[in-house]
Amino acid sequence: MSVFLQQLINGLSIGSIYALMAVGYSLVYSILNFSNFAHGGVIMLGAYFGLYALNLLSLPFMGALVVAAFAAGLVAVGLEKIAYSPLRKRNAPSLYFIISAMGASIFLENFVVATIGPTFKTYPEIFSTTPITFGAISVSRIDILMFVIAGISLAILVFIIEKTKVGLAIRACSYSARGSNLMGVNVNRIIFVIFLLGGMLAGVAGMLFGMKYTVYPQIGVITNKSFIAAVFGGLGSLPGAVVGSILLGLIETISAGYIASQYRDLIAFSLLIIVLVVKPSGLMGKITEDKA
Amino acid sequence: MFSWFYIEGILILVGINVMIVLGLSLLTGFTGLFSFGHAGFMAIGAYVAVTCTMQLNVPFYLAVLIGGIAAMIASLFIGYFTLNLKGDYFCIATLGFGEAIRLILDNMTIVGGARGLPGIPLDTTLVNVIVIDIIGIMAMAYLIKSRHGRNMIAIREEELASQAIGINVFRYKMESLAISALYAGIGGALWAHYVGFIQPLMFQLTKSTEMTIMVIFGGLGSITGSVVGAFILTFLPELLRELANWRLVFYGAAVIAIMIARPQGMLGGIEITDMFRWIKRTVTGENRRAKAAAEAEKEAKTELPGEGGGES
Repeated sequence: MSVFLQQLINGLSIGSIYALMAVGYSLVYSILNFSNFAHGGVIMLGAYFGLYALNLLSLPFMGALVVAAFAAGLVAVGLEKIAYSPLRKRNAPSLYFIISAMGASIFLENFVVATIGPTFKTYPEIFSTTPITFGAISVSRIDILMFVIAGISLAILVFIIEKTKVGLAIRACSYSARGSNLMGVNVNRIIFVIFLLGGMLAGVAGMLFGMKYTVYPQIGVITNKSFIAAVFGGLGSLPGAVVGSILLGLIETISAGYIASQYRDLIAFSLLIIVLVVKPSGLMGKITEDKA
Repeated sequence: MFSWFYIEGILILVGINVMIVLGLSLLTGFTGLFSFGHAGFMAIGAYVAVTCTMQLNVPFYLAVLIGGIAAMIASLFIGYFTLNLKGDYFCIATLGFGEAIRLILDNMTIVGGARGLPGIPLDTTLVNVIVIDIIGIMAMAYLIKSRHGRNMIAIREEELASQAIGINVFRYKMESLAISALYAGIGGALWAHYVGFIQPLMFQLTKSTEMTIMVIFGGLGSITGSVVGAFILTFLPELLRELANWRLVFYGAAVIAIMIARPQGMLGGIEITDMFRWIKRTVTGENRRAKAAAEAEKEAKTELPGEGGGES
């Protein structure tokens, strides 16, 4: 039983990080209807920004987190301006967006390899590594921190989307960007906000991920799993992305704990295919229909 | 500057990539389906063919064919479940499939697992590759011109309308995926017998992306474009080798630039045979389009008085 509880806590903590990343995929999908494969690159840059904010600017932890969030947010907005906005103006099919995103992802990853180098970097030890024990189970401090910060960030996001005027416009655009535009919503500004929010969450996620593991240019590949989580929950649905991520985190840690850790990723990808076959729009996704 | 051995090696790689890109071109360029799982089909082709040549002493050409057919069978299985998915979701399902194949191979100790499989006979020569490429290109050109190819193009242009006029959309999508997987499997098998060593890591998602980028670069809906795309994008990294780490940075930037500046790719929808026809027309001075226009005008003039007022 204690093993199960232990895995449960590990799963929740990794799942909450997946949620921060998956929400970025879903935000973009909900309005632009394409999978932003460059998001992994933004997450990776977030990890580096956090690392350098700590090491070079010697900021305190919260300061570095804010720097990482804003820097990653700006990168995401910049990417949108360079790689997507010309396509958007031409009404290009989503195919071209995906290819452009893949190009951006190759660019970001190799830009870091060329400038910073391909070596693994570790975060300085900010929090003591001695775990906190509750009876038979022990939880590392970083896991608790990840869960709490992810929870707070997601709560802020939900507040923005549900309670503010910008959030109302975002929700309107996700139903129909064209209709919202006719009602006086500045769609370009909403897309700017979407990329900024997604990028900021990516920065936070990247920094937390880097603190738990290490930082290297190929982190973006691991973030593919958060993409699976987004699909699992239903692309374009924010609650879906969060639920999908938590479930994926739990399934991963429990299968690693009870079956074998080398089958963990295989189970994740098989799950993706099974979900798509059984329920193509994910657990909570909006139903996509072909436009006639 | 370069030794012949080096150039021959790159040419063989070009030939292998031409094969895979041709297959992917049928799926993406002519049928309008996107796949990020072709590395998975390549892996199946490579591992099956290698098992045939190394364990069962099957002759090389037959082993390559068996590898291709194995990939095709896998594609029928995966296509049956996922081809009903729309747009992005199909491409995500293929991504999951490709990664799943790689991870299964990672855990299969019988074929070397993650450490890979060394000592494969080096049977892929330039002549072999050229022969297989020519057969592949001719078969593909024939297929595209046939009823099957035209139906696939119709599906790409307008799926609902094709269904409405009685094209079995699912069947032709399946056909396209299966033939595409056959080409990818053959390509994978050739690759394995050229490198002499295979490892699941060689068939990562990045490999699928690389192939898709070649198709897009060359131009959607063009066999000539696919061949040219495979040729240029295989040579380009070799020419940029001096730039070392910056190589892939430029590559990524170039992909974005193409999407923005010329999204139809270099030769989107244009074939080399069209160019021959165009050259012939300009050389002989026989401009069919101008002639047709003049004739139409004449006809219109003779018909107009009868109509009374003509068009307003």
